[in-house]
Amino acid sequence: MRTSIISASLVAVLLTACSSQPPAPEQKPAAVEDRQPAGASTAPVTSDVIDPYSLAALKDPKSPLSKRSIFFDFDSYIIKDEFKTLLEQHGKFLAANSKIKMLIQGNADERGSREYNLALGQKRSEAVKKALLLNGAKEDQVEAVSLGEEKPRCSDQTEDCWGQNRRGDILYSGEF
Amino acid sequence: MKSLSRLLFISLLSVSISASAQLSIEITGAGANRIPIAVVNFDGEKVLSQAITSVVRADLDRSGLFRQIDSGSMTLAENAPINFSDWRGRGADAVVTGSMLAQANGRYESRFRLQDVTKQSLLDVEAYGHTSAPTQMRATAHRMADAIYEKLTGERGIFSTRIAYVVKSTGRYELQIADADGANPQTPLASREPLISPTWSPDGNKLAYVSFEAKKPVIYVHDLAANRRHVAANFKGSNSAPAWSPDGKRLAIVLTKDGNSQLYLVNADGSGVVRLASSSGIDTEPQFSPDGQSIYFTSDRGGSPQIYAIPVTGGEAKRVTFEGSYNVTARPSPDGKSLAYISQNGSRYQLTLMDLATRQTQILTDSSKDESPSFAPNGRMILYATEVGGRGVLAAVSTDGRTKYKLSVPAADAREPAWSPFSK
Repeated sequence: MRTSIISASLVAVLLTACSSQPPAPEQKPAAVEDRQPAGASTAPVTSDVIDPYSLAALKDPKSPLSKRSIFFDFDSYIIKDEFKTLLEQHGKFLAANSKIKMLIQGNADERGSREYNLALGQKRSEAVKKALLLNGAKEDQVEAVSLGEEKPRCSDQTEDCWGQNRRGDILYSGEF
Repeated sequence: MKSLSRLLFISLLSVSISASAQLSIEITGAGANRIPIAVVNFDGEKVLSQAITSVVRADLDRSGLFRQIDSGSMTLAENAPINFSDWRGRGADAVVTGSMLAQANGRYESRFRLQDVTKQSLLDVEAYGHTSAPTQMRATAHRMADAIYEKLTGERGIFSTRIAYVVKSTGRYELQIADADGANPQTPLASREPLISPTWSPDGNKLAYVSFEAKKPVIYVHDLAANRRHVAANFKGSNSAPAWSPDGKRLAIVLTKDGNSQLYLVNADGSGVVRLASSSGIDTEPQFSPDGQSIYFTSDRGGSPQIYAIPVTGGEAKRVTFEGSYNVTARPSPDGKSLAYISQNGSRYQLTLMDLATRQTQILTDSSKDESPSFAPNGRMILYATEVGGRGVLAAVSTDGRTKYKLSVPAADAREPAWSPFSK
């Protein structure tokens, strides 16, 4: 799956979409429900209306599926309310696309032991995985792993910065 | 394309790459009762770019157990007569003399003689063959320093051992191996993705480590002489924290294939994985006791990360640390009598040593970001990672906390040190 050209280009789009994403004040998922009123039958369905759980939705920067990071409080592995809708969307996407696989990378801030932080990151990725399974994803679609403190998004030694590093990142087939 | 360039980059580098920045040493403390010793310049060693005796002196200095008596530019062959009362007058308890003699085929023989000034007696005389290549010259000097150290302290010296560590520069991670004094660095592996937790096999021929090149942590075992490696654990989820059994046949590892981080045992070739312990929380950082009978590890089963011990056959885990709310990365001393680990004290993470019989603890450092302790094979010093001025450095401290030195790499972070076993 790594060598797929299609998924490689998909990655490029998605990585650009999520790498610049700010962490803490998460925006509400952008609405993609842009269907015409039921009564209006004159115009045919236009091609820019994307099924929210289609593969095309993964490429759509307006889709909530373009949001790939879930942030955690200090010493916490609880999915905050603000991320529950997002994980519901990703879970439903996996349920609708059973051949698509996902890698969840848990991360921790830099304080303390590298190996213990790896285990803390794992707790976060397992929490994300659990939420996805509750929303219809299958066990064999989802792999929860940890990068510990090794892949900080921010390297200053401030609480704000550590907050950006306490996160779970979602990667779809072709992105890992 | 992305995966192709990654494959090309993660190459097992040939060991000839030694141009990489060498660790430099700064000694910042020494023992209380140091043996005064004069290491006199050897007859004939001036043909070398770096004198054998300067390496011997640096080795002895780093141990913190010796005080150099300056002999200036004097040169004395090992068979030259010694004026004991003169050396006693200079304050020396021991004196080392020697010579380096050219032989056929560009080879040399270096000899030294160690004498007790007080008793006016011969302690040791040894001879070593070598070439004038810097690595061979240094290896000879380290063997001499080991012999001198052992005769005068009764303990085996660690000057011929090596250290493994990870150097991180921008976008690049190198697994490096150097002599114990930081010289002669080699890079068996370089990667764009993180490398952590290198650890030496008991025979010193292999390193186990964790690499993130597959976008997740995977455990490898790397044969250093052959410069080949194999995957020791790549299960679904994360694979980390390898620790060798004393017989070198098995690894204690951490897997998440069944949920949270848990302890398993696996054969070094990657076969025969069995679960060692079960908990509802985190179990990680396993480490065999020197007798191979129990395994120390970090667990948050009691609500905060603490060190526990469990029989290698499984069974009930016993808590080892009780003070404070964060005690991690246990490393038993080679004699099994004490335990080094990292404890959090306020906002500081510090190297701590526990006497396992009395449970008394001592904080060994005054730094605040200590990690990854590793005992020298003679148990005298502990190498660890810490931070100085925002940069990762390696530091060593004696188990009494008195002798200290730092090893740093210019313009890069040094981290994840592992001290090799004794060389054969």
